[in-house]
Amino acid sequence: MTELLIPAIVSCVVAFFVVYFMTPPLIKVLTQRNFAVKDMNKIEDVMVVRPGGPSIIAGIIASEIILYAFLQLNEILAIIITTSAAFVIGYVDDRKVMKGWFKPAALAVAAIPIIVFGAYDSDLAFPLFGVVQIPALYLALVLFMIPITGNTINSIDVLNGVASGFMVIASFTLSICLFIVQNYEIAIVSLPLGFVSLAFYKYHKIPSKIFPGDSGALTLGAMYGAIAIVGGVEIIAAVALLPAVINSFLFLSSVKRIVEHREIKGKPVIFTDDNKLEATNDKSAPVTLVRLILAGGPLSEKQVAFAIFKLGIFSGILAIITAFMMDVSL
Amino acid sequence: MWVLIIIGGGILVTILGPITVTGFGDLDWFIASVIKGVIAIILVVVWILILSKLKNFIFKKEINS
Repeated sequence: MTELLIPAIVSCVVAFFVVYFMTPPLIKVLTQRNFAVKDMNKIEDVMVVRPGGPSIIAGIIASEIILYAFLQLNEILAIIITTSAAFVIGYVDDRKVMKGWFKPAALAVAAIPIIVFGAYDSDLAFPLFGVVQIPALYLALVLFMIPITGNTINSIDVLNGVASGFMVIASFTLSICLFIVQNYEIAIVSLPLGFVSLAFYKYHKIPSKIFPGDSGALTLGAMYGAIAIVGGVEIIAAVALLPAVINSFLFLSSVKRIVEHREIKGKPVIFTDDNKLEATNDKSAPVTLVRLILAGGPLSEKQVAFAIFKLGIFSGILAIITAFMMDVSL
Repeated sequence: MWVLIIIGGGILVTILGPITVTGFGDLDWFIASVIKGVIAIILVVVWILILSKLKNFIFKKEINS
């Protein structure tokens, strides 16, 4: 355990500061090239540059390569390749508008390195009830999990700072849970994800200076999913991600097909006269977590973001309880 | 949702996991996996239906209050 301390500290410092120092010049370059989009949650025309994915992937690759130099685990290589593939898929979607099916299908392909490197255990562990062995089904689970976590984080990237802030909470929760289940090496491997998200949150929080874009959101989500698989904490990871899962579920169950947000005509949120967000009565608009939170009355963007963070912390606590329950058997 | 996940896990471990098929030679594991997969998909559909009902209940409650 103590021999893991130095790689953990070095990788976390590198993960944080690569993103922290690389994002401002990235913002400058994107501004010069006019890669900006309108912030849809502001009444006035506020333009924000994107994508922030390049600085996020740089922080992840740099920190994980350092960890590989120390630990030489195939799991790290699988995480790096899968996450990098997710970044490329997201970057293609940032540059060129792709069909709704493109990202799930391409992310399933991105999950293949996890299988090729054998960086998984086909036993699926559940709290209270123990382990179920599903060797063949688990391969399908791997191919499903990366698209699900990638698109789930992408779908919660709706307000300033929410995707990165939520990832800070979820990824540090996952790291704590990996320590609880005594999977120390993967816990160390997971830490850079939280620090990368934290550094990016500085520029993504309200008012955003940069959006992560699909390349950033898919990178964060795919790495989260890859860590869950190689760490054998799939169920715990799903619990920590529940608010984002609920958001995806609400969206899909209301539009009833896999579709890009930009293809939906009805907006789930409208503005009040005092610049607050309010749930729309438009029946064609998708149901989302934000709309559900706003069903209680209008709130500012910051208040909605903090409501999502509170849900993230609550789910994080449930995930930690779940991790402790892994050792309990009925 | 958390409770549904834990209950789903219980069903998977106690009922679905022990299912074995014999009499098909080398295909035993494959057929068993297909059966488990089909049951798992049915459970997921049931899970989604329960969540949909819960969602509608919460929305109606919020709108009425």
